[in-house]
Amino acid sequence: MITLDSKIPEGPLEEKWTRYKANAKLVSPANKKKLDIIVVGTGISGAPAASALGEMGYNVKVFCYQDTPRRAHSVAAQGGINAAKNYKNDGDSVYHLFYDVIKGGDFRAREANVYRIAEVSNQIIDHFTAIGVPFAREYGGTLTTRSFGGVQVSRTFYSRGQTGQQVLLGAYSSLVRQIKEGTVTMYPRREMLDLVVVDGKARGIVVRNLITGEIERHSAHAVVLATGGYGTIYYLSTLAVNSNASAAWNAYKRGAAFANPSFVQIHPSSVPQMNEFQSKLTLMSESLRNDGRVWVPKTKGDSRPPNEIPEEDRDYYLERRYPAFGNLVPRDVASRAAKERCDAGYGVGPTGLAVNLDFRDAIKKQGQKAIEEKYGNLFDMYKDITGIDSYTEPMRIYPAGHYTMGGLWVNYDLMTTIPGLFAVGESNFSDHGANRLGASSLMQGAGDGYFILPYTISNYLASEIKTPRINTDTAEFQEAETRSAEKIKRLLSIRGKQTATTFHKKLGKIMWDHCGMTRNEKGLTEAIGLIRELREEFWKDLNVPGRADELNQELEKAGRVADFLELGELMMTDALNRRESCGAHFREESQTPDHEALRNDDEYAYVAVWEYNGDEPPVLHKEELKFEFVELKQRSYK
Amino acid sequence: MKLKLKIWKQGDAHSRGSFVTYDLDGVAPEMSFIEMLTYLNETLIGKGEEPVTFEHDCHEGICGSCGMYINGYPHGPVKGLTTCLLSMRNFKDGETIVIEPWRAKPFPVIKDLMVDRNALDKIQQAGGFISVTTGAAPEANTIPVNKKNSDLAFDASVCIGCGACVAACKNASAMLFVSAKISQYALLPQGRPEGKERVRAMIAEMDRQGFGSCSNTGACEAQCPKQIKLFNIARLNREYYKAF
Repeated sequence: MITLDSKIPEGPLEEKWTRYKANAKLVSPANKKKLDIIVVGTGISGAPAASALGEMGYNVKVFCYQDTPRRAHSVAAQGGINAAKNYKNDGDSVYHLFYDVIKGGDFRAREANVYRIAEVSNQIIDHFTAIGVPFAREYGGTLTTRSFGGVQVSRTFYSRGQTGQQVLLGAYSSLVRQIKEGTVTMYPRREMLDLVVVDGKARGIVVRNLITGEIERHSAHAVVLATGGYGTIYYLSTLAVNSNASAAWNAYKRGAAFANPSFVQIHPSSVPQMNEFQSKLTLMSESLRNDGRVWVPKTKGDSRPPNEIPEEDRDYYLERRYPAFGNLVPRDVASRAAKERCDAGYGVGPTGLAVNLDFRDAIKKQGQKAIEEKYGNLFDMYKDITGIDSYTEPMRIYPAGHYTMGGLWVNYDLMTTIPGLFAVGESNFSDHGANRLGASSLMQGAGDGYFILPYTISNYLASEIKTPRINTDTAEFQEAETRSAEKIKRLLSIRGKQTATTFHKKLGKIMWDHCGMTRNEKGLTEAIGLIRELREEFWKDLNVPGRADELNQELEKAGRVADFLELGELMMTDALNRRESCGAHFREESQTPDHEALRNDDEYAYVAVWEYNGDEPPVLHKEELKFEFVELKQRSYK
Repeated sequence: MKLKLKIWKQGDAHSRGSFVTYDLDGVAPEMSFIEMLTYLNETLIGKGEEPVTFEHDCHEGICGSCGMYINGYPHGPVKGLTTCLLSMRNFKDGETIVIEPWRAKPFPVIKDLMVDRNALDKIQQAGGFISVTTGAAPEANTIPVNKKNSDLAFDASVCIGCGACVAACKNASAMLFVSAKISQYALLPQGRPEGKERVRAMIAEMDRQGFGSCSNTGACEAQCPKQIKLFNIARLNREYYKAF
């Protein structure tokens, strides 16, 4: 049985991290060379973690499923990265950034962790600038910022609509520098299948070489998971199609507790689904809501082309419902408002499941060139996909599964409930509560990797300096390898009729219908039954062609779907347990008279932490959230 | 739509490949090219045939995973698009489409349409970075950058490392790829201290990996899905001359 100790340092909020660093144990350069660290994933937390640890002198081994670390899905983040620089002189500060993230997360995140990420945010911008990330600039040569949803200051640094690409390629450049130096060894095209725990400590991983099919053993003194979120469980999402939960899920099955699995952000603006073959819902950055106005017709079934609908017949419902924040309300609020209008029959487009995002007024005021400069690539991408030119008519958008606030439970050290297993970036649960604010994911990922983990992992490794290099020729490694090989054998031996993709689509629909933008008791209970049936069908009727000992993309997919079929049930269980609405988790039973999320702080001001329990139901542990520095308030953006 | 697909099938780098023709019915014009191929694979698996191996991931034109010759063009006939963003609207019912992997000596075929592009990582590793250690950066606004240069650096930095420029080049040159990285750093004051070493190291590595020379035909620029401009190669050449 696990015990939760969040290990939050004593003292005033603004001194906790300083005190932690002052008391953290150090590892001498000579000892660092003798310590191995595994980092799984090369996105905006993994690549920074690996390069920073390599620079410090540790032996780092990095794994990714892609052919090169530069392709991790952080590359697709669009809008920007937050920092409390206050370059716009609009009253921003570390405290304001902290408060916005806590409030945006609907008071379900840990104060100390959030304050720390706000504290390191400025260093992230300094570092990326120094390594040549071309952030947008003013004519005077200084950096510029823009506004993002849920806040009233301008603190988002950006590179046109492809900030994720620019910061990830920056992190990748630091990573290849360390590969050249020899402190980091890169293992691309490897998928983590299992975690190896020896005497209660994480000591290695088992991976599949995706080219040869060989199962490999890798050992280390500590393992860092930077494996991202699990939004692809919905099948259609804004994520890369190969993003998956398998590394985190198998760590869960080895004893790492999973926190708030049902907290999933449904992003309000993606290109709507067009047909059943669609594999992906492409994101249209939240930054577009800075200049775009969201509306639907005032009359149901108004079939006039959008440009022919006059001003008086348009319902700018975000501006109407939320006058203080207007089109810049947080993502969960914007998503639900769009769903509400479409469910009520006011949706636009061929399916009625879309709303307009209109740039007419912004173009009139600022000119097309200014809009092109800010969002050119997004308008181009939208046109490539839909054939519609958004400079002359509104974009059509609809919510889509995007980011998972839930993830592996970690303490203040970013360590999971397995000693020596750390989780950074989206793969942990720690900073975003029940809803993430825009441009905070790049901040949290890079902050964890560059400026937090290097301290906390050293604090752990200081007690490992006498542990010799971990031998992979042991019963624990053998067991993990056998378990993985047997699962693969089982997947290949069914030879049924349905492909992994078929099952993934079916699961995605169950998740979207019952554990999407709104949830209720009946739906969730039913859905658990549906998932169990689907899982049974999967293990009876799956069809995976080919062999285990070769490049086999269908086998890769099948393994991921098998894990999603288990994770889906835990998400439903978690959503069922939380009989309140908070942030992105909207329980229909718990809403205010004007249909906003209604929290229940007396009963649910806790992190729901699930412990794997074999074939028995998972065990719920609660980390009570104590708010010492902010006052819990009903979130209002009106 | 009904299509005839002539697809290159090859077991690995050492085996002989050949074209296999597939008839595919039921293609919707709003599918992306990748979705069309996924649909083909689902059909093949249903019939007990081996699916076609190809790479794709983000489906947003930004990760650089996808890439194949489509009717002789890297990423297909539409300018400025990756394969994953190429819509089937651009093809006609009844059309025959020829699909091949990147053909370049430094990109050996792994299987079917999947090639090994590790050579591009090797070039970047040779010097495509600014050596600032985590924690050593000065406050960001102490490094003012001329906006025009900053914008040009950004335009160069959007390279996704897909390899289309190499595939398009009759010499399999990686000059556009190298010039994008060199230009980004050459245009920024942060990149100047290591400028000379960087350009020498990256060019030397490009040669070592077996990429050919540039003969200024401009095919790379025409096929680059991110529309990186040829003048970056001119800047690369200038940087290279200055480095000795």
